[in-house]
Amino acid sequence: MRYTIIQLIYAAGVALFIFALYWMNHPKTARKSVIAGVVAMTLAIIGTLLSPGIVNWHWIAIAVMLGFVVGVPLSRVPLTAVPQRTALSHAFGGLAAGLVGAAEYYLWLREGPQAFSAFRTFALIAEIILGFLTFTGSLMAAGKLQEVKWIPQRPVTYKFQNQSNLALFAIAVLCGILVVLDPVKYSLLFPVIIGLSLLFGVLLIIPIGGADMPTVIALLNSYAGLSAVAMGFVLNNKLLVTAGALDGSSGLILSIIMCRAMNRSFTNVLFGAFGQVQQSAAGGERKAVKSETAEGAAQIMEQASRVVVVPGYGMAVAQAQHRVREFYDQLTKRGIDVRFAIHPVAGRMPGHMNVLLAEAEIPYDKLVEMDDINPEMGQTDVVLVIGANDVVNPAARHDKSSPIFGMPIIDADKAHTCFAIKRSMNPGFAGIDNELYTADHTYMIFGDAKAVVGELVKSLAADGQNGH
Amino acid sequence: MKYSAWQRLTALVTALSAGWVGLAWAADAQTEGAPPPTDYITMLLVFMLATFIGLGVITRVSRLLHTPLMSLTNAISAIAVVGSIVLTGDKHPAYITILGGIALFASMTNIVSGFLITDRMLKMFKTPGANKQ
Repeated sequence: MRYTIIQLIYAAGVALFIFALYWMNHPKTARKSVIAGVVAMTLAIIGTLLSPGIVNWHWIAIAVMLGFVVGVPLSRVPLTAVPQRTALSHAFGGLAAGLVGAAEYYLWLREGPQAFSAFRTFALIAEIILGFLTFTGSLMAAGKLQEVKWIPQRPVTYKFQNQSNLALFAIAVLCGILVVLDPVKYSLLFPVIIGLSLLFGVLLIIPIGGADMPTVIALLNSYAGLSAVAMGFVLNNKLLVTAGALDGSSGLILSIIMCRAMNRSFTNVLFGAFGQVQQSAAGGERKAVKSETAEGAAQIMEQASRVVVVPGYGMAVAQAQHRVREFYDQLTKRGIDVRFAIHPVAGRMPGHMNVLLAEAEIPYDKLVEMDDINPEMGQTDVVLVIGANDVVNPAARHDKSSPIFGMPIIDADKAHTCFAIKRSMNPGFAGIDNELYTADHTYMIFGDAKAVVGELVKSLAADGQNGH
Repeated sequence: MKYSAWQRLTALVTALSAGWVGLAWAADAQTEGAPPPTDYITMLLVFMLATFIGLGVITRVSRLLHTPLMSLTNAISAIAVVGSIVLTGDKHPAYITILGGIALFASMTNIVSGFLITDRMLKMFKTPGANKQ
């Protein structure tokens, strides 16, 4: 009887989780998603607390309270820090799965060999490998995104890197097979698998550069989900399997979208060590760039009727989104059509730019996807590139030797005039020269994105007053 | 009043499940039902179907909302809380309780921060034209 009730509660939870994801299809219904998700999770927790045999109420209460103590501040981080928060919570998810898996194994070991079945042990090994590699991998990713000092930002590569990583993983899998074959006899191999998975997670992320972070974060999201699925197999719990599968497919789809947006394959992102390539080739004849002051740019923008802003990671770093909002207000006041061209991989996680601009209260119908805005770039008077680099590099269209060749880009070079805000002429994260900056109709505005956009706003506001 | 295909489908599924639940309840009321043994094929089937549903639903998610989607799925994947509660709560040796407790703490952190930050972000997506000054 009690078992049936618990299962029914779980079934309701599953339905609500699916609705939660379904409602994310439009910003109008999206807030219902959170309500559905919270109700589903509450049902899941209540259902579990109903299960027979729970005695350590105080330990549960303490752990839950600590979860609140840490969780609430984690949800109040500035939105520019959302990528590292997301990576950190993948790490927590991986850790939880790994620890539950490890605990289950030792429990079964105490019960004796009859507790193990091949399927359950297989799922358990999958759970701990996925869980622990997600744990350290996500910690590394979070560290890189947070720019923690002792974690190298640039990709770290060495000889036979992929081969040695692969070998390491193969050893972990081999140990796993042995444990599946005889869980009791090879029990000493179990901690070895944990150790190797932890190490593998670190080594997997070390060669990955900042520009690839959106893909990697999405992939780690998928791993965290899959480890929950494996836990569901271990515990014979369909709710875990369903929710984990929803999470896993979400991460998978996001990483596929990210890969497509860079015209690269999974293997290339994970094992390609992007960003090391062009250091020497960039030397050649370098065309001069023209620079412009903020006042000059403001004058040209006032004459425009269509302006497109292309934001990138630089805008996030400089926290310039609120200045961008003032800039948007100044131009729309003059009847100028201002829109934002969002490249899928702009920023450090999927959808990063949308959230930042929404925070600055820019209406979401002004945020236009790359494919929708590109056909209109030819009729655009002014493009303002704020801290974006590779996503507007025309080399991706024609330069076969460029590492970003084939990547879909925002056609900023097709606009009549292009302004690019940049701190200096150092090549971007990928270390590639950008042809856009040396094009005839491009003017650079050097400086911090926040300061420059602030100056633009000031000039526009001053001109607006003089005009009256 | 017109209903969308999705709403009709939901109503149908709800009605069917309610009927099934009633039957199961009646059958179950006589016996103090112990959990049945693991049926791996059913589990795999559940996994497969859930993945297909996931792929179908997620591809429809607005690209504007990919960041909140990630924090939402973060919170959802913290469903590992179910396993952690059982481990922490049941009578086990201390080290198992500790492992379970850490896992419960980690999952709970994800649930709390995941849902809160998702809501915080979604609140920011203003309807077009709503905030003209």
